[in-house]
Amino acid sequence: MIPSFKKFNSRFNFAFIDENTKREIRRKLLKAICLPGYQVPYSSPEMPIARGWGTGGLHVTLSVIGKDDVFKIIDQGSDASVNACNLRDFVHRVTHCRVTFDTHAATLIQTRHRIPEEQLNDGQILVFQVPQPEPLRAVERYETKTREMHGEADYARMWVSLYEAFVRYGDIMQGAGYPVMVNGRYIMSPSPIPRWDVPNLHQSDCLYLFGAGREKRLYAIPPHTDVVPLEFDDVKFRIEQFPGIRCSLSGTGGAFMDELYNDLGHFRHVINDSDFLDKLVEHKTRPQQWSNKYLQQVLDEMNANPDLES
Amino acid sequence: MGYVAVKGGTDAIANSIELVEFYRIKDETPPIHIRQLQAQFRLAIDKIMGEGSFYAPEYGALALKQVEGDVLEAAFIMRAFRATLPRLYYSAVIDTRNMFVQRRISSSFRDIPGGQILGPTYDYTQRIIDTRLADESYEQVQAFLQQFSARISETDRKAITTFGKVIDMLRAQGLLKGVGNRDDESEEGRRLVDITREAIKFPAPRSARLQMLARAETGGLMALGYSSMRGYGGVHPTVGELRVGLVDVTVSDPTGRSRYIGRVRVTEAEMITKAKTGKKSERSAGSVPYYAIGYGLCFGQNETKAICMGILDRAMRNGTKEAPANDQEFVLYHTDGIEAMGFTNHLKLPHYVTFQSGLNNVRRAVARSKKQAEANAASAPEPPMATDATASPGDAERMPSEVLTEL
Repeated sequence: MIPSFKKFNSRFNFAFIDENTKREIRRKLLKAICLPGYQVPYSSPEMPIARGWGTGGLHVTLSVIGKDDVFKIIDQGSDASVNACNLRDFVHRVTHCRVTFDTHAATLIQTRHRIPEEQLNDGQILVFQVPQPEPLRAVERYETKTREMHGEADYARMWVSLYEAFVRYGDIMQGAGYPVMVNGRYIMSPSPIPRWDVPNLHQSDCLYLFGAGREKRLYAIPPHTDVVPLEFDDVKFRIEQFPGIRCSLSGTGGAFMDELYNDLGHFRHVINDSDFLDKLVEHKTRPQQWSNKYLQQVLDEMNANPDLES
Repeated sequence: MGYVAVKGGTDAIANSIELVEFYRIKDETPPIHIRQLQAQFRLAIDKIMGEGSFYAPEYGALALKQVEGDVLEAAFIMRAFRATLPRLYYSAVIDTRNMFVQRRISSSFRDIPGGQILGPTYDYTQRIIDTRLADESYEQVQAFLQQFSARISETDRKAITTFGKVIDMLRAQGLLKGVGNRDDESEEGRRLVDITREAIKFPAPRSARLQMLARAETGGLMALGYSSMRGYGGVHPTVGELRVGLVDVTVSDPTGRSRYIGRVRVTEAEMITKAKTGKKSERSAGSVPYYAIGYGLCFGQNETKAICMGILDRAMRNGTKEAPANDQEFVLYHTDGIEAMGFTNHLKLPHYVTFQSGLNNVRRAVARSKKQAEANAASAPEPPMATDATASPGDAERMPSEVLTEL
């Protein structure tokens, strides 16, 4: 008779990761908060989620989450993305914390590639999943060198690359993940959020934490920190433009849009942030949005043409 | 959209998980017991334990069963599981001179003290598919085992002890120099790093490099090791010694007493190469050449991996980055199978926000160039361009096809 294996009856710690490692990650996060925009190396233990699928975000979430937290997770702005569903299920399974889709009700939000349209407050933490923490990687492939460049605030090659894009294409062609200067010291990758979200990193009330699992780096933007997108005096940073475009479900604009294609190749626009859209459609209210000059311009334009609303 | 859509995603995952479970067992064959896998898929489990950096054959077998035999996926499960276990001890340094040797060869010398021991290897099996195995029966297995054990002399078996090392001979003759180069002699270079507890930094000390290699993916190491031998780099090694066997693992208890906690099977490769390390001045005329070893050690019997570790250990101490295999960052960042597989597969995640952001830029750039072209055309008396016949009315914003090809 083949014996059964008693050793397999093991259980997991609260929030999956063992306490020593969680403590290590929290220590590194504190360091990251003290040095806004600086990338802190950390242990980055393997998770039961594949590398590149949000392990860095999970490390941060699971290290800071407490039993009373209310957790929300979005992927590309949506609560409904399969990966968001999967990670939400995982976090719930290992913590039994309450989960929500409501941006305002959440105390801890993990995100892949978006900042919610609704403004976050000082009781909230937004955790970013970061695929490539190094903003200089495009201009310097060696980690040894990029760490030196950050140490010496030697960002000349970054500026030159932006300039070259302008000369070649007539604009800074950086799409998502637009590099920013944090607290006047470190150039930082905001993770591949659209430019639309970048101004919301500046002087926010909430805490931003960034986890890059595969690359084993943590960084942070504390509340009320200056975050400035890289731009020239005469060539300015611009957010994505959706001129005159309204959401086909809510009839309103002033939010980041998705393009949905039908079988004929025609497309319509829908507001990307699923909770924001829900509140517009189901609750008939427009949540308090972030305030920044870029968004203000968009909203002013929209209000100047109210006839487009339908 | 909210709840219903979320429910949709959750249901899709649940269904997918159920479906993959169905595929695993749909043919209603008897379930494979993990004891069988552990016993008969020894080399697969060795690979899983090595790449999963977790020596636990039963768990390896379980993981292999769970993922329908995908070794890399199984190694991933092992890594994820080991990350939940606290680090309680560091084992004492193992001297492989005390290894219980199951196989041991040297290609540097015709004969070596203690003799060449071929041991269990597929090297000389002739890779002809063995059709007899299709009908292998339990009786045949027993008959073979009986016949086999009858040939083993109990006294001979007990006589096997341990073997000295081939490299000790070279060292005694002064032909082999220490492995360290200048970088490694620094305090940081000599520090024993635990790569599971801290992120690797570059230049990485040798302890970190060897640990990274020990849990790297076999195929990845082989590709880079092969590239170095074939011409992209200068490592042309000879197997000084390759041994496979069991070593005892001990830890110190709180009172400082050494405690035996078990045995692990490892493969160790000591690759001898002519050294080219050191500064150029040391390689000037009249300097004395010497040999140095490249070292590889990994869990289980995985000789390809140990050999390639040895090659790459040597290549990374070359001091130049003229070949990919010489470049620490290149080798170590890109050979971890778990990380490489995860990131490769993350491309399957939605990227529509990121894509939209880039699209926005490209559309604007296309519009700018069109405007420019129109301005040029207006100033030059050329015949007007044919209008785009494929554009459908009311679809001014349709994605230009060149945008798609460009991205």
